[in-house]
Amino acid sequence: MTPKPTPRVLDFVRMLPLLLGLVTPAHAQLRLDITKGVSDAVPIAVVPFGGQAEGGSSDVAAVVGSDLERSGRFAPMARTDMVTRPVRGDQIRFEDWRLLKSDFIVVGQVGPGASGLLARFELFNVATGQQLLAKELATTEAGLRATAHAISDLVFERLTGVRGAFATRLAYVAVEGAPPSQHYKLIVSDADGFNPRTVANSPEPLMSPAWSPDGQLLAYVSFEGKASAIYVQQLSSGKRSRVSARAGINGAPAWSPDGHKLALTLSRGGNLDVYVLTLASQTLTRVTSDEAIDTEPEWSRDGGSLYFTSDRAGSAQIYRVSADEGARAERVTFTGGYNARPRLSPDGDELAMVTLDRGSYRIAVMNLKTGALRVLSSSTQDESPSYAPNGVTLIYGTQDGRRGALATVSADGRSQQRLSADSGEVREPAWSPFLSR
Amino acid sequence: MRLMQAALVAFLILGLAACQKKQTRPDEQGPAATAPAGDATTGGVDGTTGQPAADMQTAQQQALAALKTRSVIYFDYDSSEIRSEYLQVVAAHAAYLVKYPNARVRLEGHTDERGSREYNIGLGERRAQAVRRALQLQGATEAQIATVSYGEERPAVAGSGESAYTQNRRVEIVHAP
Repeated sequence: MTPKPTPRVLDFVRMLPLLLGLVTPAHAQLRLDITKGVSDAVPIAVVPFGGQAEGGSSDVAAVVGSDLERSGRFAPMARTDMVTRPVRGDQIRFEDWRLLKSDFIVVGQVGPGASGLLARFELFNVATGQQLLAKELATTEAGLRATAHAISDLVFERLTGVRGAFATRLAYVAVEGAPPSQHYKLIVSDADGFNPRTVANSPEPLMSPAWSPDGQLLAYVSFEGKASAIYVQQLSSGKRSRVSARAGINGAPAWSPDGHKLALTLSRGGNLDVYVLTLASQTLTRVTSDEAIDTEPEWSRDGGSLYFTSDRAGSAQIYRVSADEGARAERVTFTGGYNARPRLSPDGDELAMVTLDRGSYRIAVMNLKTGALRVLSSSTQDESPSYAPNGVTLIYGTQDGRRGALATVSADGRSQQRLSADSGEVREPAWSPFLSR
Repeated sequence: MRLMQAALVAFLILGLAACQKKQTRPDEQGPAATAPAGDATTGGVDGTTGQPAADMQTAQQQALAALKTRSVIYFDYDSSEIRSEYLQVVAAHAAYLVKYPNARVRLEGHTDERGSREYNIGLGERRAQAVRRALQLQGATEAQIATVSYGEERPAVAGSGESAYTQNRRVEIVHAP
């Protein structure tokens, strides 16, 4: 499955949809460690669901508890502290759970449904005994983790008022082997790192995965032809097309909010500038034309302008420009000597970036109204921030020891987790948009 | 056209002579070394008298082998300026490209791992372009040179720290085989 590019590269490219269509399970399962918790996280009891063996990978209550804990806003009760195991609301003795100092409780069970399985769950306020949610979700044995993430989303939204982003996905690049001969994989997994699947595979670098707004397509950069090119791949079928393989650099693809265009970086004449490619017509519009490096475009929420990185003032800083030909760019960042790779928060109010903070590259978030910058991460080589679609959490690339790993941080900086692979390096995480319920 | 044909015929005759002279030393001023390289390659492939082309290629290959021991240019942090100690390396590669107009190089620009990845693609490109300009100033043609930037994606050595960084900030001059 890893043919080296040969003179018959074109044949290879034509075959790729077939090869890639056979999506292979990846071994780079991510392991989650909570590196910074929140002391005032809300205590919640997620009781093991009836009809299920405890501890398996499809243990619904365990998945829900882990999701809620990962958000940084909840502190799930340890199972060893639970004195009873109610599976329905009418079995809960609320005074017990008040003594255990749990504010909320989730109970449920998995049983046979009309076709496949049915997962029922209820959410209660422990202090008042009030039922806050009661739902039934049709599922299958293989779909239990996805159902658990859907339950997490509902519980999270009911208790915080913010839509949950647990039933979403990550795309990231995994690298195996030692330099100078490494192997690159583009992987798509669930948001908690489970179910990794390799969607592209190459002995040459793969970079910069970007989700289409509908979550169906991934754009990415591949050097498989010994030069960079941008591909768009449909995740369901594995089919892909090469959308930009112009002379020089083809990099940093970013989808417009309507999904019709890609902003990208080209190096016509040896200098990097930002362009917009209309996919259906293959029309190319040049957006920047500066002697400097202009790259890493990110669309404004209305699709009318682009944020990008440029070193036109001597060091890398972030600018904003109208997405029309020949528009004048205005500088956005003024704090610090290096700000790059802008990513806009889902509400459009904040810009995440890589900043040079006292000699270390870290993830920072800038309030676009006030200009205030707050540094969220604390390592030395942090990069590639990507927002969860609800804006509550960011994922980014970091180093675990000396290996590339992924980490998440809440947008308020209060909770952090690390996701590292069992072997090899992982990097360049891209959080998917909300996927249809 | 007549001239070229005449040159080719002359070249083939000289080449036959060279064959009869046993093997010439590659660094000797043999006929192949002065023949137009483009024609020599064609003659070698199509003609029945492949030997002169082989001689010429040996000379070129030897020149290439000598270059390959000095084909990496290292850069300072955040700089695309060719340091003085590498000017001779660039000059040697330029001389080779001038001498063998059929020769092609690929300049692969790289950075260390610090900073943003796509921005580093830009820095690697800037280094590759600096070497391209230097080669062209010394007579290599645009058609002979291709550039690619890998940014920080293909480090020469693993690890973080200044010793790894200095080895990874580089342009590799890769000659077509």
